[in-house]
Amino acid sequence: MSPREQAMVPEAEFDSYYGRQIVKTPTWKTPDVPLYLFLGGLAGASAVLAEGAALTGRPELERVARVAAASGAAAGTVALVHDLGRPERFLNMLRVFKPTSPLSVGSFILAPFGALSGAAAAAQVTGTFPRLGRLAGVGAAVLGPPLATYTAALLANTAVPAWHEAHRELPFVFAGSGATAAGGVAMLFTPVDQAGPARRMTVAGAALEIVAAEALLNRLGMVAEPYREGRPGRLMGLARTMTAAAAGATVLGGRRSRTVSVLAGAACVTASLLTRFGIFEAGIASAQDPKYTVVPQRERLRRRTGERTASGAE
Amino acid sequence: MSWTARLSGRLDDVTGDAGYDEHPPRVGFFTDTSVCIGCKACEVACKEWNELPDDGYLLTGMSYDNTEALGASTWRHVAFVERPTVDLGMPSVGPPGPAPGETMPHGEDQAAQTAGGEIRWLMSSDVCKHCTHAACLDVCPTGALFRTEFGTVVVQPDVCNGCGYCVPACPYGVIDQRKDDGRAFKCTLCYDRLKDGQTPACAQACPTESIQFGELSELRQRADLRLAELHEKGVDVARLYGRDPDDGVGGDGAFFLLLDEPEVYGLPPDPVVTTRDLGSMWRHVGAAAATLAGLGVAAFSGRKA
Repeated sequence: MSPREQAMVPEAEFDSYYGRQIVKTPTWKTPDVPLYLFLGGLAGASAVLAEGAALTGRPELERVARVAAASGAAAGTVALVHDLGRPERFLNMLRVFKPTSPLSVGSFILAPFGALSGAAAAAQVTGTFPRLGRLAGVGAAVLGPPLATYTAALLANTAVPAWHEAHRELPFVFAGSGATAAGGVAMLFTPVDQAGPARRMTVAGAALEIVAAEALLNRLGMVAEPYREGRPGRLMGLARTMTAAAAGATVLGGRRSRTVSVLAGAACVTASLLTRFGIFEAGIASAQDPKYTVVPQRERLRRRTGERTASGAE
Repeated sequence: MSWTARLSGRLDDVTGDAGYDEHPPRVGFFTDTSVCIGCKACEVACKEWNELPDDGYLLTGMSYDNTEALGASTWRHVAFVERPTVDLGMPSVGPPGPAPGETMPHGEDQAAQTAGGEIRWLMSSDVCKHCTHAACLDVCPTGALFRTEFGTVVVQPDVCNGCGYCVPACPYGVIDQRKDDGRAFKCTLCYDRLKDGQTPACAQACPTESIQFGELSELRQRADLRLAELHEKGVDVARLYGRDPDDGVGGDGAFFLLLDEPEVYGLPPDPVVTTRDLGSMWRHVGAAAATLAGLGVAAFSGRKA
């Protein structure tokens, strides 16, 4: 392009270097990483459901939730390892522990969770070592909620504008999304008379997810645009509609009808998956447009300079 | 010093903070873009010394910049900015370059008279900032990224497992993953040369001393003098970028003298290390995890069907 053509580009409201992005696009692969976000949420919340079912004597629910927790963790681990540039070095994740790296913290949650939830599910399915299985299940239930929510810090602890700025609400969106996924899977595979807690978890999770996502959009201002627009916007919108509809159907007919329960459960699982892809892709979009890096930083500078001028005038 | 103080804010001995009891002084780069002539010797010297793969041979249309950006195999990147110095109404700018018989004023201004009017031609050699609070280092889960005894930030290729976390963590978009290799790479500030008491390749190759290497404290003094000199000569647009130890990343180990706003060169105007908000992030994760656990308890506290 000649300088003449360059100069004809209309003046934008912010400066950039030939319109190029400033922060790098995350190299995390799709579907590996958004899938892992979903599976981590499903597995973590399922472990809680499984332990509750064991304590209150709901063997069918317990079996379904234990298998969901174990297979979610196993599949999630495969997705995470597959995403690595050097998968054969995945054990390097465990050579140090760094609280400043959510990926490091997460590895130390996922590794024991995977082992414990796997042991609990194996004991349940095979009927062997019931006491050890229960003990493992308790451990998995303790690690479950952190597993479902640490992934929010994983995304937020970056320079990606739409993720970083959302660091307050994202953990609650993920907690709600994990709960609806776990509740949804349990509703899919459990008879309605034992699925009561799964239904309650689904409805409460849906409410939490929708409220937290709304708060996120309201607080973030222009940085929330990628969550509303384009493909991520459509994914998020569809997820919200499905979550709300499924929660409504669960309240109205989930207890009476197995069909309603199965349909609502499937909708919840799908919606949770869509939410994770939407959030993941919104972050990518916000990294690729220099606007979301430059404009909020300019605004921050302007406010700081204003404050300094104001305090200097006193 | 509190645990959070290390994650952001002023930190005068970053090397000591990283655990070195005795260490050489912190070193860095001062890149004075007012004397950069855009020769790209730094890019070439870096490629050669560090044996970096090529970036392809594409023409970008971005002035003389066909390097595009810093990346896994591009550790120095010379930016070329062309823009009118005055509002010309209908912009009509001819090819850049000084008019016949006119010489570029020495360093003070990179404006050049052209056929259609005046354009301002800015060149700047960008590099990893070797931040005081380096997000790439903070988020690295394997410990592959580490702080050297010189206060610089370096990746150990034999440890990196290519998780890619450092890539979106960097507020400047410096480090990247090499696709065919899988691992992350960036400027080492010529760690191998430093250990032999040598100057990094880019600084040694720079013909105008636009890239200056040395002890960071001394470079900061030198930069302050240069800035005062330019301001005295009426170059009010000159400003230092990354010089302030109280900024969002605790100051850069590699900082710049710029002649326009940072974003014009593709630099973030107010970068902040992401881990400054780490405490808030973990608190919110903890609260959300507790909420999820509570939600589980509540789900079972109803009547049994």
